[in-house]
Amino acid sequence: MNENKIMRIFKRILYDYIYIPLKILSKDKRALFGLIVLIIYILMSIIGPIFVPLSLEPNMEERYQPPSWKHPLGTDFAGRDIFAQIVNGGRDILIAAFLAGFVTIGLGTIIGLIAGYIGGKVDIIVTTLIDIFLTIPGFPLLMIIATWLLQSGITVNILMIAFLLSITSWAGLARSVRSQVLSIKQEPFIEVDKCLGLSKFHIIFKEILPNAMPYIAINFMLSSVSAVYSYTGLMALGLIPYTPGNWGAMIHMAQAYVGTITGAGCWYILAPSLVIIILQVSLVFLSNGIDKIFNPRLREW
Amino acid sequence: MRWIVKRLLMALLTIYVVITITFFLIRFMPGDFVEMMVYYYMTTYGMSEFEAREMVYGLYGVELKDPLWLQYIKYMITLLHGSWGESYISHQPVLKSLLYGLPWTIFLLSISLTISFIIGIGIGILMAYRRGGVFDNAASVITSISRATPNFILGLLLLYFFAIYYPIFPARSSYDISIKPGFTIEFISSVLYHSFLPMMAYVLTSFGGWALAMRGSAIRVLGEDYIVAAEARGLKSSRISRTYVGRNALLPLFTSFAIHLGYMFGGSVFIETYFAYNGIGQIIGLALSWRDYPLIQGGFLLITSAVVISNFIADLLYGLLDPRIRRGGMYE
Repeated sequence: MNENKIMRIFKRILYDYIYIPLKILSKDKRALFGLIVLIIYILMSIIGPIFVPLSLEPNMEERYQPPSWKHPLGTDFAGRDIFAQIVNGGRDILIAAFLAGFVTIGLGTIIGLIAGYIGGKVDIIVTTLIDIFLTIPGFPLLMIIATWLLQSGITVNILMIAFLLSITSWAGLARSVRSQVLSIKQEPFIEVDKCLGLSKFHIIFKEILPNAMPYIAINFMLSSVSAVYSYTGLMALGLIPYTPGNWGAMIHMAQAYVGTITGAGCWYILAPSLVIIILQVSLVFLSNGIDKIFNPRLREW
Repeated sequence: MRWIVKRLLMALLTIYVVITITFFLIRFMPGDFVEMMVYYYMTTYGMSEFEAREMVYGLYGVELKDPLWLQYIKYMITLLHGSWGESYISHQPVLKSLLYGLPWTIFLLSISLTISFIIGIGIGILMAYRRGGVFDNAASVITSISRATPNFILGLLLLYFFAIYYPIFPARSSYDISIKPGFTIEFISSVLYHSFLPMMAYVLTSFGGWALAMRGSAIRVLGEDYIVAAEARGLKSSRISRTYVGRNALLPLFTSFAIHLGYMFGGSVFIETYFAYNGIGQIIGLALSWRDYPLIQGGFLLITSAVVISNFIADLLYGLLDPRIRRGGMYE
């Protein structure tokens, strides 16, 4: 009897959170493309390094080779295989991007809920803070903090990078969640909950939060997109101590060694650029599809 | 009027917060970075401790002898007087070297922003009219790619393919050095020729954002009753699209103007470094590679001030353009 109940709940979750979203996504070709590309990227970062190990030993006889069977994407300025670097360089970027996404939605949701639900002076202070952080340009602030970290000599781990990357992006979500809470607070069903004596916890997490879910999901994707931009950008500027083979580091090297001086090494510039662009495009497509999952009004078109 | 004062206070508060952030970043560098710099100047240049402290004070604008709160106030006052510290490398005042590059950056960004805005809203309104059709589908793929492509990557690709691999456009500088600067046709055409690729890098990566925003906004307006009423009155569709849909759909886009500007300023470090364009982006880029902290901090202050000011102007324009907001006490 008990087991049956668990099975039923399990099936329900599977149906609501996996089957229905996938069904909606499968009608949207672009979102499906985004999902498939993202899965390929994740698999490549997990399984890839086992099959294509990264060797960074310079091999000067094989510099700037075009693609061949031995080197599917050619070689770089020191004769190293570009394909191996691409396969191995994605893991950090994906981890940083998704961690930054989670940090952003965590901060944004909590701050927005606090401001909207408590109201009063807290609300005034928090909205002022939100307005300030919406105005401060994010990437320049990241540059100044990254230089500061470099000069101070602190070792930077991936969690710190994720927090850094979400330093300004929480503000937009916090504003949407706040306004959502304010509008839902006036709805009759919240009044009913209060009359029924339901706890604040229940009202916030069971009644208000699900209504703000579309904003949260979209913000997760979009802050991942901007985290990829900032992370690879900081790395391309050489402001984060980089892991070898990272795509941003490859762009840094390509810019410093090949492109601007000799004109050789077309593949060394193209490979990391296209890999990053495809990742970004697939994330944007997927975020549009997710919009449709949460927002039934968008499904008709 | 009250609304304007409120917005002005908000803008000043933002700049104040940014100044505070930079002060505390300098003062609380772990391992007492400032003391380290004093020690560095004493040992390598044989200065006395007093001289070394004066030197570091000149670089950062932070006096170390005073208590923290006094340091903070003094730092604010010196910043407001326009002495933003001194560059490590050139020992030039920070503000002076930044102001040299500012006109170039403003020229490049304002033209790119205008072009991408016009292209974006044009595509966006067409997409909204033909939503679900072939044009909408094709354009939404292109605009998504434009929105997703990082501007530094496109800049690098453009530089590589159109200035080095096929040298159609110049790879370096913002004008031909052999031509004397002045209001001559030769000089102006040289400036335009040199700024073409950097401009393309901005325009191609930002028109998509405008188009998608315009599409969403226009679809919302198209669902309004007054559009149906206008159609029922038998107005020409060109007039409806211009005066009824276009104007109303454009309004919400003004608030994202400043956000776009901040995004483009962030990208200017890459674009101007890659193309060796003489703007503040290149100055900050060089400062970054030399870890020239005072200059980077000055650049950040300048960029934030630019974004805050343009945000303020955008909000003022918004109030002027939309009578509903003006009469309703502006937002509150």
